[in-house]
Amino acid sequence: MSISFNLNGKSAVTDAEPVSRLSHVLREDLGYTGTKVGCDAGDCGACTVLLDGEQVCSCLVPLAQVAGRDVTTVEGLAGEDGRLTELQQAFHEYGAAQCGICTPGMLMAAADLFKHNETPTDDQILDALGGVLCRCTGYRNIVDAVKHVVQPNGVTFENPEVGDAMGARALKTDGLEKVDGTEMYGADQAPADALWARAVRSPHANATFTLGDFQPLYDKWPGLERVLTAADVPGLNGYGVYPDVKDQPAFADGQVRFKGENVVALIGDYDSVYGIRDEDVPIHYEKRDDIYGFDAALAEDAHRIHDNHPGNIMAEGFVKKGDAAAAMKTADVVIEDYYQTGFVEHGYIEPEAGWARRVGDRLEITVSTQAPYMDRDEIANIMGLPKDAIRVIPTACGGGFGGKLDLGVHPVIGLAAWVLNKPVRCTWNRIESMSASTKRHPSRITARYGCTKDGDLVAYEVDGDFDTGAYVSWGLTVKDRVPVHATGPYFVPHVEARARGIFTNGTPAGAFRGFGIPQAAIAHDNLMDRMAEAIGMDPLEFRLRNAIRKGQETATGQLLEYSAGLDQCLEALRDPWRKARAEAEKFNAETNGVKRRGVGVGCMWYGCGNTSLSNPSTMQIGVAADGKVTLYSGAQDIGQGTNTTMVQVVADALGIRMDEVNLVWGDTDLTADAGKSSASRQAYVSGRAAMEAGEDLRGQILRMANAGHDATFDFGDGKLTVTDGDAVRVIDLAKLPADKHGGNVLLGEATFDPPATPLDEMGQGNPYGTYGFGAQVAEVEVDTELGTVKVLHVWAAHDVGAAINPAQVEGQIHGGVAQGLGLALMEEYIPGRTNNLHDYLMPTFGDVPPIDVFLIEDPEPTGPYGAKGIGEPALIPTPPAIFGAIYHATGVHMKQAPATPDRVRAALLAHKGE
Amino acid sequence: MTSYLRPTALSDALSALAEGGRTIVAGGTDFYPARVGRPLDENILDVTAIEGLRAIENKDDHYLIGATATWTDLIRADLPDWFRAMKLAAREVGGVQIQNAGTIVGNVCNASPAADGAPGLFALDASVRLASVSGERDLPIADFILGNRQTARKADEMVIGLRIPKCGNNAKGAFLKLGARKYLVISIVMVSAILEKGMDGNVDRCRIAVGSCSAVASRLLSLEADLTGKPADATLVDIVTADHLATLSPIGDVRGSADYRRDAALTLVRRALAELTE
Repeated sequence: MSISFNLNGKSAVTDAEPVSRLSHVLREDLGYTGTKVGCDAGDCGACTVLLDGEQVCSCLVPLAQVAGRDVTTVEGLAGEDGRLTELQQAFHEYGAAQCGICTPGMLMAAADLFKHNETPTDDQILDALGGVLCRCTGYRNIVDAVKHVVQPNGVTFENPEVGDAMGARALKTDGLEKVDGTEMYGADQAPADALWARAVRSPHANATFTLGDFQPLYDKWPGLERVLTAADVPGLNGYGVYPDVKDQPAFADGQVRFKGENVVALIGDYDSVYGIRDEDVPIHYEKRDDIYGFDAALAEDAHRIHDNHPGNIMAEGFVKKGDAAAAMKTADVVIEDYYQTGFVEHGYIEPEAGWARRVGDRLEITVSTQAPYMDRDEIANIMGLPKDAIRVIPTACGGGFGGKLDLGVHPVIGLAAWVLNKPVRCTWNRIESMSASTKRHPSRITARYGCTKDGDLVAYEVDGDFDTGAYVSWGLTVKDRVPVHATGPYFVPHVEARARGIFTNGTPAGAFRGFGIPQAAIAHDNLMDRMAEAIGMDPLEFRLRNAIRKGQETATGQLLEYSAGLDQCLEALRDPWRKARAEAEKFNAETNGVKRRGVGVGCMWYGCGNTSLSNPSTMQIGVAADGKVTLYSGAQDIGQGTNTTMVQVVADALGIRMDEVNLVWGDTDLTADAGKSSASRQAYVSGRAAMEAGEDLRGQILRMANAGHDATFDFGDGKLTVTDGDAVRVIDLAKLPADKHGGNVLLGEATFDPPATPLDEMGQGNPYGTYGFGAQVAEVEVDTELGTVKVLHVWAAHDVGAAINPAQVEGQIHGGVAQGLGLALMEEYIPGRTNNLHDYLMPTFGDVPPIDVFLIEDPEPTGPYGAKGIGEPALIPTPPAIFGAIYHATGVHMKQAPATPDRVRAALLAHKGE
Repeated sequence: MTSYLRPTALSDALSALAEGGRTIVAGGTDFYPARVGRPLDENILDVTAIEGLRAIENKDDHYLIGATATWTDLIRADLPDWFRAMKLAAREVGGVQIQNAGTIVGNVCNASPAADGAPGLFALDASVRLASVSGERDLPIADFILGNRQTARKADEMVIGLRIPKCGNNAKGAFLKLGARKYLVISIVMVSAILEKGMDGNVDRCRIAVGSCSAVASRLLSLEADLTGKPADATLVDIVTADHLATLSPIGDVRGSADYRRDAALTLVRRALAELTE
């Protein structure tokens, strides 16, 4: 029985099952992929559409219920001529879309609002959009975009002219696709005839298993084409991000180490693959005791998670400078304490997705990822194929934050497409995404800081354990990064810092915005507050006094020569800090209620690029015979904006307008390796490569034209006109051989690898080419009876070297603050328990306060036009600032994140009892 | 192939239920989330097309909330002041998307300990109207919701409405929901209270229910008794003691410990009373 309804003003007819989710029918049967699916449970709102003009989650609407009714999706917003609505244009101009995966849902919720209320108040905007989650923007720019539609503020956005791109608030080069529903993500572009793959995952955290006979399954489900198991893996059944550590199997082989591990994969038509229940797949488990948490893993009788790691210790990182133990004895004030954090989920709204096909002797993987080249190499290993037999074509990435650095759907779709010689697609559902993807490492940290009564830091001793879960993933990076950064961004003469990675049966912990540094920052900055109080110094002034500056050496003995702007960040925050502190104290003095206000400050530093490792980026810029300029950028845009910032850098380096630069991105066949979108390295490392590639091309052209440095270029109609004062020279591009990369006649190319040296056995060396610095001030209101904490305002000052695009930097900071707020107050992933977006809480529209951003630009000479990274730095100071504010408000030090209402209330009661 | 029925006549729906083996779907806001990654292979009775079930009607001595009335319908309905507690609860159910699709009756039938609608309905002394081919019956809500995800509905019955007895004209309602974030939050504790003041300024009638602190929302009967007849002013708050909440049986879970829930419930009860006596 077919069902018909009115879709964006046109009649739509489908034979899909009446119980089908409307979202699924829209996307898979009718081809309207602008509607995104984030959870299938009404928790994220990404799939919001209008049903008879009212917003609903299309994942919760049975198809049967839309019969004869009006459905409007994001594709139906723009006019027939493609003209964007005011709302879409405002989203584009206000940076309301970063990765863009939640944007269709946001737009539809806002469209619903305007149908009912043309002049909404701020609260009405929040209420109307409150059902949609965003993990990138921190919501503030979305609110501003909606407000702009209510009352235009007169600001107009224009893209920069020649020479003005660097530092311009240029609009995203891929921004329009994100607001009109045409952007293609991992789940949006598989061919119609693709088979589906679905992993069958372990329900146990620790078990051995045997596989039974699959023939009855094949007999019952004719649409089931293949059940893939570990035995089918032609190459190495293991992967991992380090060249010498491939400990995570693509398919578990007789043993599972965490709940949600991939055991077998079902490949076939949709109805079969999703019709088969897991319990009907013959996998026979022998359950063993789960090891969760540090104490269980380190117990003497604990079994080994991995045979080659006795004691379940993965590895240890160590940094020693001076003699901390001896120096500590000379300190006037010594404060020691113990801190804990839990697993944290990335919470990107786009679950892992992609599709693969075999093309002759090559395998093509089209997938949402942060690391196309690393994916290529990992898949080659697993498939037993040469690297150049693998092509990775990244889709737009609907959020990553570190979670899409490890393999996701790749091994299953790659192997299936190869074996069956048919296109195969896979989309993880939210539960799979949360239970199988990596997490932030839980931590327990014991730290001791000493200072003089005059306020100079003397020594720091810190020992941290980090739960890396069942597999290494990025655990080695965490144990390396933490000791390097453990002191916080302060000059400390004597340091002893240790970090161990511990295996458990927890979900593998990997890369997540900050690689252990946010955890370490909670410790160091709480101690900073308490030392300041002990010697009677203002917390901000104490940090400023000790802020590491140019000319000083870090804990690893690295001399900071340039771009160390923490002091400038703190100076920028001094006025708002003093004002907010005074106002909070006045509020507390004047009111006698249960609400107490406080203001805290947190500081951070963060090495940009991979720790003590080569991590080069290569960029290429071609000029075609017809004069078309193309940037080949492998710097994957995961919403942070590299598709725009790389173009900005190239435009200025080459001396043309941004809109003259065409962009080819990501595809490993078409772009050179620009490394991973991680470690806050793309703006810095790939940006530098892009700048030098632009300069290389400009130099070539100037030499060909024998022109001076100030010459201008006009690419057009196959003739490149070079104007140098009165001299005009024309290069006939069509006459040049089209033998360069991409069939171009000219090619600029550059590789940049940031200067870094290995650390010696005492952890001494220069692990990074540059560091980002920042400080944030947070104002909170604590309900002392309930233990709830509301963040009222955040002031964020970050030294970014130079802002390539201030709008995008602000966007990164907003999003980082929101994630930091989540880490501080509400986010804790419990394996097997909170693997959905209603039990796992991330900040919503109503939780992220206004954020004032102060951009500090202390230029980094090795960065592009002075720039360095901001992606991870933005999150790190938020939790300590919030915890400091809770202390200022209540006198209670929170030492465990998240500071949920029950923990805050318990701490308040304990404090009262003291 | 599974069967999906979407009748327009109640009698057809009841006949289908009499044949057995059907899952009832209305707004879908609890049905689909419980089936993420699982096949949709049940026989369905979709009740949303049944005529006459979406109204919120003013009857003689009660209001009747139809089985398919949504939270948004409730928010938009022209109702007396004492419905305020239910309207406040409605605004805190999921996002607007959920309020537009989810039904009040579905919330009751899903019988979650954290059901946003339950404390308000308990405080209003609601009863649940069930129908089957054999006829109709009304059950007090406390006799209908039996436990976590358990109700007294028989497989051949459907809930066709909620009967809300009318309160006095000067009755006032309050609803407080505690969660760890602003929107889209499952409550840690909820309190709904209805207070009617007599001509003498004393509490004539008071009903207070707490949600998320026991398997089923729970009325605080001893507190209600102690408050009745007392001056309906700011001093009411001082009457409330922890003992009044002794009947609650909160559990500890990812949202909060049992002790915290008990402690927070006491605070919310006091605040609800403070709000009602302002």
